[in-house]
Amino acid sequence: MNGFLITHAPALLIMVPLIGAFVAPFVGRVSPKVRSAWIILIMTLTTLVALMLASDVFLHGTRIYVFGATSPGLTVPLDSGGIPIRIIFTIDAMSALMQVIAAVCGFAVLLYSISADRIHSGLESYYTLFLLMITGIMGMVSTGDFFNFFVFLEILSIASAGLIAYRIDGGLAVEAAIKYFVLSTIGAMAVLIAIGIYYGEYNALNIAMIASRMQFTLLDQVALVLIIAALAMKCGAVPLHFWTPDAYSMAPSSVTAMLVVASQASLYGLFRVVFTIYNLTLNAMTVGWIIIILGILSMVVGVTMAIPQKNVKRLMAYHAISQTGYMLLGVGVGLAVLGNQPLMESFGYIAMEGGIFHIINHAMYKGLLFLTAGAIFFRIGTYNLNRMGGLGHSMKYTMVFFIIGALAIAGIPPFNGYASKLMIYESVFAFNPVLAVIAMVVSILTLASFVKVFHSIFMGPRLPEFDTVQEAPMPMLVGMGILAAIVILFGLFPQAVVDTLIAPAAHALADQSGYIASVLGGA
Amino acid sequence: MFWNLPFIAVVALSLIGLATIVIKKNLIKIFLGITIFESAVNLFLISLGYRAGGIAPIFTSAPSTDMVLATPQALTLTSIVIGVATSALLLSFAVIIWKKYGTINTDEIRRLRE
Repeated sequence: MNGFLITHAPALLIMVPLIGAFVAPFVGRVSPKVRSAWIILIMTLTTLVALMLASDVFLHGTRIYVFGATSPGLTVPLDSGGIPIRIIFTIDAMSALMQVIAAVCGFAVLLYSISADRIHSGLESYYTLFLLMITGIMGMVSTGDFFNFFVFLEILSIASAGLIAYRIDGGLAVEAAIKYFVLSTIGAMAVLIAIGIYYGEYNALNIAMIASRMQFTLLDQVALVLIIAALAMKCGAVPLHFWTPDAYSMAPSSVTAMLVVASQASLYGLFRVVFTIYNLTLNAMTVGWIIIILGILSMVVGVTMAIPQKNVKRLMAYHAISQTGYMLLGVGVGLAVLGNQPLMESFGYIAMEGGIFHIINHAMYKGLLFLTAGAIFFRIGTYNLNRMGGLGHSMKYTMVFFIIGALAIAGIPPFNGYASKLMIYESVFAFNPVLAVIAMVVSILTLASFVKVFHSIFMGPRLPEFDTVQEAPMPMLVGMGILAAIVILFGLFPQAVVDTLIAPAAHALADQSGYIASVLGGA
Repeated sequence: MFWNLPFIAVVALSLIGLATIVIKKNLIKIFLGITIFESAVNLFLISLGYRAGGIAPIFTSAPSTDMVLATPQALTLTSIVIGVATSALLLSFAVIIWKKYGTINTDEIRRLRE
């Protein structure tokens, strides 16, 4: 039984949330309690499958799953002429890491959402879309087939757009959703054109197959530009960031926390294309610098736009843009020295590990911060910083969680943001000191901004209009608590996390031939 | 030259679509622009699959098993289905905007800017 589960875990990872999503409205007709139980069950199963699969990948190496084949490992059927024609899932250490992020965040956010969104109507479709978002993220990070990547990207976009518009809010939320969805659709079409170009050139849709035949012709350069533009837009990097603050601030807080994970999945796609499909065929220095410049712009523009914001979620959204810059910076530095083994050993891998470590840290502490903002909104009904104050008297646990998230995002020890930022500073300093200085200045501005936010939300005397405010309900605190515990644990034992999770992921990402060999055999 | 005609049509259609999205102020027209762009991409995929003298992959009526691979057709079908879902969602957004704002002119849909 256990062997069967392990073998088919990649398929179950998509199947469980997908079936759960479409059964949820029917189960919900019985009673809201049964529906809550059903979605918690589905999410728990998804998390277990993801953790099981990830531990298997970290122990035994890359996993392949071929859909519809007689045996899940049969990538190239004998009568296919050497082309992997079936849909293949390729789960290496990097994919497994992203699955763990999505599963853990999704589980914590769902617990929070059960109690935070209880008061709203239309919950049956809300949780269907929520589980579809999980399906989309899991699919994007697991698939080894590029067209499938597009399909899951669209599932994710459509579900996210529906959820952003969920609280119609006098049309404001719908306006944000339109902005997000129009951009997403154009981006997805750009990705599809790139897929068409690859198919026309190499007769293959499989990522490993395309990678093994990559020539880097003019057409491949066009495809690369289309993909980088589309996915950089989806992960909210400057200069295509303008949908982010609108969408993040108008969506319900639990959805915003998932949107952060969704943007990281797009980031994963960007890294996968650059490192696995192109790798050394492209001019690593040039493309590396393009990604570094995107990262630096996102960091600086994000944090400077965040400082004057009055709406707490808008402010956090701009910080999310700024933090995405750190990941682009770290991995961009790794890409810039790719192929130069001595430099790669001395700081390239550390830079990539820092960037990837920051992805998981960011998903945890940014999710936590958005959830605390949601808890505050749940109790006082406003996001406006000027109207808040003195909440530290009544919402003590929320305040503690906010402090943990804020110190982690500013990179203060002993929280996880410090661990990954330190790796980025050290390695980027060896590459180019100016970049490291910019990164540190942005960190200080982030701290300044969060000190201000903390002061205006929690400090000061108890305000008369918030006299009756109570602590957030228990399930919301549990959801936030899971994320806060991970933030602290990762901050206390960064080396253990880097050794077990992050370093294998960074090496898997940089190792193109290993990826190709795992799908096509020892070619 | 003749074989390139579909690809010229692809470029023309995608330019028309993108121009519509950028220039027009009416939400419905912007959504139509997206649909035109999607059609351009679908045409691109289906043109890639064309093989002169190829045999359609219909097992019961093909003379032998030497048939063209039906992947581009499958991709296009999937893409069309996704396009329908996209259009439906976008149009339902337009309905809500019309109900709440009383306009679908993008110059007047600016309440998020604070």
